[in-house]
Amino acid sequence: MQQTKTVEIGTGAFVALGFAALFFLATQTTSIQRFEEGSYDVTARFDNIGGLKERSPVAMAGVRIGRVESIVFDKDRYEAIVTLRIDSRYDTLPEDSDASILTAGLLGSQYVGLQPGGSDVFLGDGDRLEFTQSAIVLENLIGKFLVNSGED
Amino acid sequence: MRDLWEAFTGFLRTFGALQLFLLRLIVESPRVLMRPRLVTQQIFNAGALSLVLIMVCGFFVGAVIGLQGHSNLARFGSEDILGLFSALSLMKELGPVITALLFAGRAGTALASEIGLMRTTDQLSAMEMMAIDPVIRVATPRFLGGAISMPLLTAIFTSVGILGSWVVGVPLLGVDAGAFWSQMQAGVGTADVWEGILKSIVFGLAASLIAVWEGYNAIPTAEGVGRATTRTVVITAVVILVFDFMITAMAISLG
Repeated sequence: MQQTKTVEIGTGAFVALGFAALFFLATQTTSIQRFEEGSYDVTARFDNIGGLKERSPVAMAGVRIGRVESIVFDKDRYEAIVTLRIDSRYDTLPEDSDASILTAGLLGSQYVGLQPGGSDVFLGDGDRLEFTQSAIVLENLIGKFLVNSGED
Repeated sequence: MRDLWEAFTGFLRTFGALQLFLLRLIVESPRVLMRPRLVTQQIFNAGALSLVLIMVCGFFVGAVIGLQGHSNLARFGSEDILGLFSALSLMKELGPVITALLFAGRAGTALASEIGLMRTTDQLSAMEMMAIDPVIRVATPRFLGGAISMPLLTAIFTSVGILGSWVVGVPLLGVDAGAFWSQMQAGVGTADVWEGILKSIVFGLAASLIAVWEGYNAIPTAEGVGRATTRTVVITAVVILVFDFMITAMAISLG
């Protein structure tokens, strides 16, 4: 009888621990629901997005406030349309804010950095950011540098 | 030439018999699950008794990933992604594979030698005499116990591993705690978690099947049981590493 009890307690504890671990992996190591609960989308057009990917962070003042929802190519204007999903806690971004594609560290991943504008009107769902600055492509930068140094 | 042909047909025959045995285990599973006590006992043997081993190994594997990851990521100035690095490598590769190898060493050998010894001491024949089918009474509960335990053990290994890499990374090496977790949460997707779970389920089925099969077909001598135990570990290791490659290749081409 004692034997059966030990087995049952041991099995119960093991299975409970196993499911707790699964729950931990599913909820604590990922951030699926994090921005889904309350968020709004704004779009921005870029001439060149460099290495920006879907799910890349969107940051203002270095703080992560959202992520890149989708990237599509506009075949009429040859531009990239980037949809940014921003956490609805941050609903007071001025509508004339500008978006630029920046790099974290020298070789790090790219993210969208927002600079606040001066407008009293705030961004809402579906709005478009007018002022954008494309990613700096290292090859173009080196090319410009070589051309400039050749002129001297 | 003739020997080669015989070796080939012999291999095919064993492989075919293994498939039939697996089919038999699957067919009998619902009936065995109607008597949960049999399965509970095996989950205890395969899972609960491996728990301490899995947790200790998981912690140290995670800790060494934290150490290696930190010193190598520091070359590129990106120590901040240590959490993401550890979580992905543990979740997708090290967790399922190392757990399966430990499982083969701890639970697989125990299953194979236990069933092999039953064969040697004619316990399986005695059951047949009493009109008790040893596949139902002995093999299936052990197969199910192992197959159920493996995914849970993997989840525990991975969680403890992430904790181990946190212990090395954050308090000891000074990675920012916020960056550790936020980079992890930003980078790990549901697909990554599912890949790990899928691998652990497949590995659990394979490891349990091989252990039960080897024990059930052990040559009924002391040497035969010893050989069955060795073969269990060797075959499981090879099968798991091959499956790991195939599942990873599929996940990458689909994802």
